Amino acid sequence: MTTDIDREQRLAATFVELADTLVAEFDIIDFAHTLIDRSVELLHADAAGLMLADQRGELRVLASTTEETRLLELFQLQNDEGPCLDCYTFGEPVVNIDLAEAEDRWPNFCAATTDLGFRSVHALPLRLRDELIGAMNLFCAHHSTLSEHDLALGQALADVATIVLLQERFVTHHEILAEQLQGALNSRVLIEQAKGIYAERAGITVDEAFTRIRTHSRNTTQPLSAVATGVIDGSISTSALTPADPTAVRSRH
Amino acid sequence: MATARVRQILSQVLDQHRDGTTLPGVLCELCARQLLVTGVGLALFTDAGHEGVVAATDQTAMTLEELQFTSGEGPCVDASRGGRPVLQPDLATTAPRRWPGFASGAAEAGIAAVFAFPLQVGWVRVGVLDLYRDTTGSLDGEDLTEALAFADAALALLLDLQELTPSAQDMHPNLADPVGRRPEIHQATGMIAVQAAVGLAEALVLLRARAFGSGRTVAEIAREVVNRTLRFDNGDEQT
Repeated sequence: MTTDIDREQRLAATFVELADTLVAEFDIIDFAHTLIDRSVELLHADAAGLMLADQRGELRVLASTTEETRLLELFQLQNDEGPCLDCYTFGEPVVNIDLAEAEDRWPNFCAATTDLGFRSVHALPLRLRDELIGAMNLFCAHHSTLSEHDLALGQALADVATIVLLQERFVTHHEILAEQLQGALNSRVLIEQAKGIYAERAGITVDEAFTRIRTHSRNTTQPLSAVATGVIDGSISTSALTPADPTAVRSRH
Repeated sequence: MATARVRQILSQVLDQHRDGTTLPGVLCELCARQLLVTGVGLALFTDAGHEGVVAATDQTAMTLEELQFTSGEGPCVDASRGGRPVLQPDLATTAPRRWPGFASGAAEAGIAAVFAFPLQVGWVRVGVLDLYRDTTGSLDGEDLTEALAFADAALALLLDLQELTPSAQDMHPNLADPVGRRPEIHQATGMIAVQAAVGLAEALVLLRARAFGSGRTVAEIAREVVNRTLRFDNGDEQT
């Protein structure tokens, strides 16, 4: 029972933390990362991603817990088949999927996911009334079965994501939806470009580049998009993002 | 598929292109007809702001662009700056507060609704596609998807007009996806910018040109760049 109390406390802390990111100039990508990081913890998953419909007919990743290229490909793959696509298409949760038993349903997705060491997956819809805007995808290395309580919690987190993404509790005009979604997706592209620039300057992989950009964002409490912009326009130097050498001075330019 | 529609639009533009017309001009005409809007304009926008009008279907569409160019404000200016569409189905109720310098001129010109779509790939800003109507009213969900496809087509066109070859006439179908659904495309763009010591816009053009030149997809080339099996160094590389 202590674990339940523990989780309630962490849940409360999560909502406080999320609310804390909702300042005037809040960063949508930062928010999305915080949300999925906490979702993974609270629902005992090992990786997760937030997928948004790009209004052109495709699902695209807004944020994922690790930016490992092979994980990003799992999201991309689901434009053809997978729990996220089904969840988005039908607007219903697709949960407690044992990959070993889903090979007929999504052969390519199951093979690729199993390859990465996952054994079960969940997908929860991002929905505002009749409008579906995407899905939250959770991957587990173990056999995971979400209880009703877990499911309600997961859906609450997905609902928070939806409301914040649309910035309006009562979006009546799909114009606002389009403005927000397209803006969020463009921010995501900007971060990919910054990863490439920094990876090349520092001679590291793009995955490592993202880790360092994100660490810098956290350490300096700047939004991820601001750090990405700084990397692109050169106002944040390559050395500023290099992990601190314990013997080095604290800051240098 | 999303890109199938973009490709279709681009091939229609190339088909209908005649002497005396420009490719962006034909695209605007097609867009206006397809979406049942009164007119369409295409303006260049960079980090420096409004850089001039590329095409406009009619005098009012031209006025819409010029008003924003002179006042430095308006839906297209915000679309470019914010990196997201600015959709205004009823200018009379929203514009006076948001863009006082633009609102009266737009009302005088008979512009009742404006839908501005940025032509943008992350950091790379190229322009804005503006649709206007002389009556108020929203774009519905299907219109929106269609307008986004026209914006993607316009982006592809403007990117490819920036280079001398390949000519837009024989644009490779793989180039019809300028936004690039694959993250590697944007990561590679960043890496190429550093390797070739150019801006991101030029890096994207280089990447697309290489794909065109080798008859392969942009995503394939991008993956090789990210895996470091392909580099885009320029002659006198700096370290």
